[in-house]
Amino acid sequence: MGNILEVNHLKKYFKTNRGVLHAVDDITFTIERGKTLGIVGESGCGKSTTGRCVMRLIEPTGGEILFEGRDLMKLSKREMRAKRNDIQIIFQDPFSSLDPRCTVMQTIAEGVKVTGKYRTKKEVEMRVIELMRIAGLAERLINAYPHELDGGRRQRIGIARALAVEPKLIICDEPVSALDVSIQAQILNLLRELQEELGLTYVFITHDLAVVNHISDEIMVMYLGQTVEKAPAEELFTNPIHPYTKALLSAIPIPKVGAKKERVLLRGEVSSPINPGDECRFAKRCPHARAECRTSCPQLQEKSPGHFAACHLFGSENKTTSL
Amino acid sequence: MIEVKRESPAAEDEVLDIRDLTVQFVTEDEIVEAVNCISIHLKKGEILGLVGETGAGKTTTALAVLNLVPDPPGVIKSGSIRVCGKNMLSAAPKELEQIRGGDVSMIFQDPMTSLNPVFTVGDQIAESILLHEKCSRKEAGAKAEEMLELVGIPRERAGEYPHQFSGGMKQRVVIAIALACNPKLLLADEPTTALDVTIQAQVLDLMCGLKEKLDTSMIFITHDLGIIAEICDRVAVMYAGRIIEEGTLEEVFNHTKHPYTEGLFNSLPNIADRTAKLRPIPGLMPDPTRLPAGCAFAPRCPYAKPSCIDKPQSSRSFSATHKVLCSAYDDPSFRIHREEA
Repeated sequence: MGNILEVNHLKKYFKTNRGVLHAVDDITFTIERGKTLGIVGESGCGKSTTGRCVMRLIEPTGGEILFEGRDLMKLSKREMRAKRNDIQIIFQDPFSSLDPRCTVMQTIAEGVKVTGKYRTKKEVEMRVIELMRIAGLAERLINAYPHELDGGRRQRIGIARALAVEPKLIICDEPVSALDVSIQAQILNLLRELQEELGLTYVFITHDLAVVNHISDEIMVMYLGQTVEKAPAEELFTNPIHPYTKALLSAIPIPKVGAKKERVLLRGEVSSPINPGDECRFAKRCPHARAECRTSCPQLQEKSPGHFAACHLFGSENKTTSL
Repeated sequence: MIEVKRESPAAEDEVLDIRDLTVQFVTEDEIVEAVNCISIHLKKGEILGLVGETGAGKTTTALAVLNLVPDPPGVIKSGSIRVCGKNMLSAAPKELEQIRGGDVSMIFQDPMTSLNPVFTVGDQIAESILLHEKCSRKEAGAKAEEMLELVGIPRERAGEYPHQFSGGMKQRVVIAIALACNPKLLLADEPTTALDVTIQAQVLDLMCGLKEKLDTSMIFITHDLGIIAEICDRVAVMYAGRIIEEGTLEEVFNHTKHPYTEGLFNSLPNIADRTAKLRPIPGLMPDPTRLPAGCAFAPRCPYAKPSCIDKPQSSRSFSATHKVLCSAYDDPSFRIHREEA
């Protein structure tokens, strides 16, 4: 069905006292309409910044964001505002992303009114109730305030609010990370059903690999502002190339007795994204780092159709290196 | 057999003995029943995983062990808690100070807030050593540096402040403080929840290594069944302040009996099969101020019968170690859907 979103060479640098922080450093990706792109990585890798840059909630430093063929970077503030009807975001923390002084009705109605399709009070209310039903909220909660509701229900409000403007693309920024597993599963199922019913496209940002595997069609792994690997979900989990991806996958605790496997334990900590030099950013923690890893930054290359990785090791004669 | 145990003094290798503990939070308008009549026994060198969702009473249980339940509003209504044979509920404040940090210590979830920002990490580790061991400031400092090395931080960094460390390193400092006086029992309250997976793997690895080296017993509180499978010997599943299923790791994971435990497993995305549909537990945890007379899980339970709601749950043992709190097993032919592994 073609690509709904095409992001080319997206960059976001922040100026800090200690230098330039490369939060997002040359990220390129596309998403097909109706599909889900998962973005995984550890805290500080730039995944949320990427999500926000796509909506221009944070103004990118450079790059191109083509949404349905139009470059969002070239839109004026007013035009961008209108475009946000097509792109919505669901935030991580349902406790702080809702206005505590607005009832469920008021929160959702705001979006409904923006569409301009529902004019009378009655029509707006009908639409709000419909959205609540879609998001799995009981109608009796229409006048409740966020503090009266638990995390799962609050996240449902966040979803109903995002759906109110009838978006085509939703950026889900860790939407289930703050929820208990049984509630998390309810919300994940809801997001999947909505995608099927409404043909939505998702950018799903999370640090939870089990969740991202479950919901994504394609997965992009980020490390310190860069893409280190990108592949269809199944391929990434069965055939990871990048040493960082391998370490991530092996670090997932599996809820099965005796599932313990050989673990790639990383040494050290994530290095600073401030003024990164021309080296592989993972080299300091990489168990296979070589001289060239410390002198040049590897580029993203296609290994097999649709499977990209940025690593000096693969492609060279000892690419298997029996990791 | 249990009766006999009650009479005799705590067995030699029994590190923790909680009996019929009930903790409530009493406010003017309502009573929150946080922990309802739970019993936990822990032997030397054992790791018990305590699983459950937010509000199940896991942290309150751990705080009760240290006699640190905030009072008011917290009230320990009944029960007894013995750590290495010492009664925590009747001990004098001076004695408690000796036990806390000495015999038993705790690691909190958030390493960012459990360290003091104005003292160096070395001083913070040394403080606990000075309190519990007869030694000079200098000796304590040297021991603190040793502890840092034990948790994988170079000893030169003892003079640095918490803000100079990353999240994973701060959590290691907290672990170093907790282990500084070789406690016999360690209460770890979601020690890795705030950390990234690769750092979590490092910390778990460290904790397992320390357990082997020092033979410390642990209660590991988490909501992550994956971590439980990795490091625990025994598991206790809590729901609405009660332990609804407990047993060895193998019994609870491979021969699951309680419908709630089954629901937890069904809610987890399966790494091996990404197309499998999640089967979440419908509904929400009950309000702890208004717990039903019968089983608190009954309103969400797919197997519940009308009698479950108003009749107290019956306890059933499937082996010497595997115990379940569920009335459905009064019917001997009852089975849950989850297949035995």
